[in-house]
Amino acid sequence: MLSIKGLHATVDGKEILKGVDLTVRTGEVHAIMGPNGSGKSTLSYVISGRDGYEVTAGEILFDGEDVTEMEPEERARAGLFLAFQYPLEIPGVSMTNFLRTAVNSHRRHRGEDELDPMQFVKLVRSKAKALGVKDDLLKRSVNVGFSGGEKKRNEVLQMALLEPRLAVLDETDSGLDIDALKIVADGVNALRGPENATLVITHYQRLLDYIVPDHVHVLAGGRIVRSGGAELAHELEAKGYAGILPEAA
Amino acid sequence: MSAVEETIQHVDAATGGTYKYGFVTDIEQETAPKGLNEDIIRFISAKKEEPEWMLEWRLKAFEVWQAMPEPNWAKVNFPPIDYQDAYYYAAPKQKPKLESLDEVDPELLRTYEKLGIPLDEQKMLAGVVAVDAVFDSVSVATTFKAKLREAGVIFCSISEAIREHPELVRKYLSSVVPVADNYFAALNCAVFTDGSFVYVPPGVRCPMELSTYFRINAENTGQFERTLIIADAGSYVSYLEGCTAPMRDENQLHAAVVELVALDDAEIKYSTVQNWYPGDADGKGGIYNFVTKRAACRGRNSKVSWTQVETGSAITWKYPSCILQGDHSVGEFYSVAITNNRQQADTGTKMIHIGKNTRSRIVSKGISAGRSDNTYRGLVRMLGGAEGARNYTQCDSLLIGDQCGAHTVPYIESRNPSAQVEHEATTSKVSEDQLFYCRQRGIGEEEALALIVNGFCKEVLQVLPMEFAVEAQKLVGISLEGSVG
Repeated sequence: MLSIKGLHATVDGKEILKGVDLTVRTGEVHAIMGPNGSGKSTLSYVISGRDGYEVTAGEILFDGEDVTEMEPEERARAGLFLAFQYPLEIPGVSMTNFLRTAVNSHRRHRGEDELDPMQFVKLVRSKAKALGVKDDLLKRSVNVGFSGGEKKRNEVLQMALLEPRLAVLDETDSGLDIDALKIVADGVNALRGPENATLVITHYQRLLDYIVPDHVHVLAGGRIVRSGGAELAHELEAKGYAGILPEAA
Repeated sequence: MSAVEETIQHVDAATGGTYKYGFVTDIEQETAPKGLNEDIIRFISAKKEEPEWMLEWRLKAFEVWQAMPEPNWAKVNFPPIDYQDAYYYAAPKQKPKLESLDEVDPELLRTYEKLGIPLDEQKMLAGVVAVDAVFDSVSVATTFKAKLREAGVIFCSISEAIREHPELVRKYLSSVVPVADNYFAALNCAVFTDGSFVYVPPGVRCPMELSTYFRINAENTGQFERTLIIADAGSYVSYLEGCTAPMRDENQLHAAVVELVALDDAEIKYSTVQNWYPGDADGKGGIYNFVTKRAACRGRNSKVSWTQVETGSAITWKYPSCILQGDHSVGEFYSVAITNNRQQADTGTKMIHIGKNTRSRIVSKGISAGRSDNTYRGLVRMLGGAEGARNYTQCDSLLIGDQCGAHTVPYIESRNPSAQVEHEATTSKVSEDQLFYCRQRGIGEEEALALIVNGFCKEVLQVLPMEFAVEAQKLVGISLEGSVG
């Protein structure tokens, strides 16, 4: 589904990714771990096409198609979703309006009729209920005044509504207490299926207790330096990055 | 292309680049000779079949105006205006007296149709909005007059009011904005040609929204309209005002005066969507919108609410204000001002608290793009007798791109220790982060910007009457928020 080959990328002229290779197949969960500054967040932005993140070599194939020249909204409509580490606030725009605009953009792209406000409210309420998101949250401005847990749960709600083929979770565990972490992980797990895949980017192993990966990769210095199964995360937890990557410490 | 560049292009498209109302109506017209002198004023007064007292009033105003210097304190720049190089009266040729809408020149009806303002009562939704259509210097049609008359509401052109209701006009005209108030108000008194007049009798809730649609069509012509609205004790009226003009390379002057009077327990809601031609991307052409709008909350518990969405004009210079004279009276000012390209806006309000426990609320949203300048200028004055008076002011500026300017100039004066004044101001930019967040959810960049700007303006847009909210939404290029909870 996702095939990254020899990916080099720069930010402000500085090379951050220095040859990343990664293949994710449908139904799989991959985790990318690595110390601060290893390029984890950069990788998520490059995959999703953020301005200012320039691919200088290599390719990103999504369902066989090279997406490196595509606009972020085109990639999103093709089924790529990024759960943000720091979700943005949009004052004055209600969650319902924001979500409906997003869902209708996807529907237009697929040639489906747009949902009117009544139809949409029905849909969003059912999804929100399943994730334990209160109706009250849907009336508030996007992420404004949300707690850390509410913000992350909101990301999962967006994911549930947009039903992406590939979800990239960027440090979804940051700023969450253990209860919130469990709720978010349950949400993500509920959305897993044989037709989609998940890429979990994380600093700590603890999220992987709840979202159990099929493959774990260690990113350091802009390259994937080790890959393994779920046990690699435990090894990292026990030894630290310094323990397995003396050069990255 | 960076997100910001694209964003700027989008705003170009929404405001300057594709001005939809820039067409010219080809219609035979009658104009006064070019220039400004006593003879021109006599000509206008004669055309309007005005009584002698009106002519004298105008001539006195002209004398006052000639002795005044043009003000220069606003943060706007423009070359000197040659007041002799303009026409002060232009009217479509038509039968002298219209008995009904059927007699209005079909070309005019088509013009308003094209502007989205059908004047045919049959075609309008049953009794939603009554419209007074002002074309250059004259009112060409007023709809639903008969129905309003049943309720006792007078809604007609100011010219007609001067002839038919002189007692009301003499009592209230220039009672809020004195002739010598300022340079452009004095000029307006001398040469105003038409505008709307509303009188709502005691205890009457006006059965429909009233609206005036101003259109400048003729070349080299100033539009000087005069609006007077009186809400007698315990009455209520909601009034809407819209404006457009053709695209022309010369600057045209629009110097209006609007006076509102609210007596005991009366309420006036005044909404404006101002979309005069803003000039081209290099700042060529466009309307100089130098307007004096003021309300007197004369009665106890009276209330006036100004809402404005200012997107057009090369230069906007206006401060819809409230004189809160009656005890417990309330003044509100809600404003969205969008400037782009070379547009300049210096706008805000004055809240003058005279009575006890008077309250005012100011919410101003300025959005600047391109190389434009957008200034909020406001005055909150608490006089000695304004026991327990309160004001709350919120001024937010949003910048798009890095070549525009936003300025906030609040003046606060308090002579009463029990009065409370609150002022909050913010300046922000549409961030790349916000745009990226929306785009990552599949929302196209233009739609994302519209969404963000819409959210920024929400507090103001939501106080517009429905009929206007739709137009404002089209103008700002945004979808309306919160139609369903």
